[in-house]
Amino acid sequence: MKKFLRILCLALGVILAVSVCACGSSEKEGSVETIKIGLAFPMSGMAAMAGKYSTHGADVLKEELGGKITVGDKEYPIEFVVMDTEGLEEKTANVYQKLIEEEKVIAIAGPDSSKCMLAAAPIAQNAKCPAITSFGTNTAVTEVGDYIFRACFIDPFQGAVAAAYCDEQGHKTACIMFNNADAYSVGLKDAFIENYKGEVLAIEEYSGSDVKDYNVQLTKLAAQNPDVLLLPNLNVELGLQIQQARTAGLNCQIVCGDSADTPDVAKVAGPAIEGVAYVSAFSAESTDEAAKKFVDAYVKLYPDELPNSNAELTYEAAKMIVWAIQNAKTLDRAGVRDALASIDGLELPSGKMTMDPETRNPIKGGIIMQYDADGVTHFVSTVNP
Amino acid sequence: MASFLQYLVYGLQLGSVYALLALGYTMVYGIVGMINTAHGDFLMIGALGTYFIAKLFDSVSIDGTYPMLAVGCIILIAMVMTGGIAVGVEAIAYRPLRNKPRMIALITAVGVSMFLTNFPRALPFIGPNPRPFPTLFTPKTFTVLGASITSTQIIMIILAAVTMLALDRLVAKTKMGAQMRAVSMDKDAASLMGINIDKVISITFFIGGALAAVSGICYASVYPQVEVYMGSWLGNMSFVSAVLGGIGDIRGAMLGGFILGIAQIFATAINSTFGYAVGFIILIVILLVKPAGIMGKVTIEKV
Repeated sequence: MKKFLRILCLALGVILAVSVCACGSSEKEGSVETIKIGLAFPMSGMAAMAGKYSTHGADVLKEELGGKITVGDKEYPIEFVVMDTEGLEEKTANVYQKLIEEEKVIAIAGPDSSKCMLAAAPIAQNAKCPAITSFGTNTAVTEVGDYIFRACFIDPFQGAVAAAYCDEQGHKTACIMFNNADAYSVGLKDAFIENYKGEVLAIEEYSGSDVKDYNVQLTKLAAQNPDVLLLPNLNVELGLQIQQARTAGLNCQIVCGDSADTPDVAKVAGPAIEGVAYVSAFSAESTDEAAKKFVDAYVKLYPDELPNSNAELTYEAAKMIVWAIQNAKTLDRAGVRDALASIDGLELPSGKMTMDPETRNPIKGGIIMQYDADGVTHFVSTVNP
Repeated sequence: MASFLQYLVYGLQLGSVYALLALGYTMVYGIVGMINTAHGDFLMIGALGTYFIAKLFDSVSIDGTYPMLAVGCIILIAMVMTGGIAVGVEAIAYRPLRNKPRMIALITAVGVSMFLTNFPRALPFIGPNPRPFPTLFTPKTFTVLGASITSTQIIMIILAAVTMLALDRLVAKTKMGAQMRAVSMDKDAASLMGINIDKVISITFFIGGALAAVSGICYASVYPQVEVYMGSWLGNMSFVSAVLGGIGDIRGAMLGGFILGIAQIFATAINSTFGYAVGFIILIVILLVKPAGIMGKVTIEKV
């Protein structure tokens, strides 16, 4: 009996060893040629909707590439490895570990949320694997290290987009009312003032969302009779502010940040919402050539839906990686990182994009959306600050 | 001048909300002798309740506006509901503690306030997100001496004044009022005189809750957004109003509400950040200078 067991163990051991060798050798054969890009998105859980759009966006690029990528004069098969983060920090960290260690991806796109990216970014940084968050707007994300990039613009950058739009429209004078207790609001205001070529006539402030009465500030601003009113504030405050601004006699153009992009703002503001413009990352209605091409390709793949910002930003993140692979000096992670940091004027659906090599935040165009009388949003223009 | 008048209108608008809420605050204090810190949350329940009741009346609305009769029904149901909740709160949380030291009732009131904020927040169909308040009154704007005033604002200011007068008369002239005053003077003696204390206190809470609902509807009509946290800040402000006017005094609550509303708006006009602090500065000053409030009488506590 004992002898039989010993033979059995030996036999099992041999089988195991052979199979491991077999696996190892087959993987080795594949990894020489195939370039893998990791995609880490929430495919299940609370944020599953965002994950669905994100991967659909990446699918557009996959279709575009047709399974291969040309680097120099050599053609490599390319593979997108999709893994589910469930929208949870610890899961995202695991996914990053797996993509980097087991799948040996050359770079990772995603996840979309700042908190998940903040949990996973140190892993990518330590392994020196470039990673691009699609929608992580928190400034701290790219501060993790020089291998961490982002595809979206950071919040304060919207102020620059708003300023460029106001200049383009020929608005010579502006007034601002902002929430001095909120980083989003303060950041947008500062970026606007820095980039605006016209004159800022007056700035009024308030602290926090407790008080819902902005009448006094708005009445004072109305006395200045500006061409444009900037409200870089939170969505729970905007509806009331827009309504009160119109009642206070501010009939000028109102411009907000992307927080205005919620139906509740229009509902609270009522008829006052008409003509209010806001900064956004992407719109499927965009008339830009590259954007139209992307939307058409997307709709061809998924006829039942229109791409949203998640889809578009994931496409851009993956596209940046593909461009970096093609333009890297050496075809490895460090080479891709350097190429990502050197992106200058890359044509993307949201406009021309240049990577700031210092902060690893993109400098790119934003779009301006506008509400009509029924509270429905429409694309107005693409702005490149 | 025009902007001065305009600020005055805004001040009266804000002041009338504070005044209506402070009336309930001060009445409960005057008759039961407790500070009901949950009073601001009755306002929130009134406003949120109105939101849901208005949804039930959706079928009679035309283009988002409701006929006068429906508006009346909505307000009445919201008042009765909030008053009922106030009575329930009193019966469950305050009545068993009536003969305990006052500090215990105060601490309970803080707990009730937290419960009333967080319980609806936990309910999935309410939740923490702010909601747009339906348009009950379609405002018409008038211009007087360069200042614009809407019909809603006029209704609110008049409503606050009328309610104050009605309450004042109720307490001073009716049999119920006499019972209330008796309970406020000495509960035990009143009880011996054949007054049903429980009933009197329940009615007091009912009136307080119903008034809170009205102030909630007024507030949400001019600032059309309701959320579960809206009661805490307004509760604080109406408490300051009640103390300013002399807590326990009905006319004082009204006066305090308007003074605070106007002070807040004018302080905001000078410096917008200062506007938020002014309420509490007034509270501290009044407690230092005249602790009994503007209309309050100094009472000697017999030990």
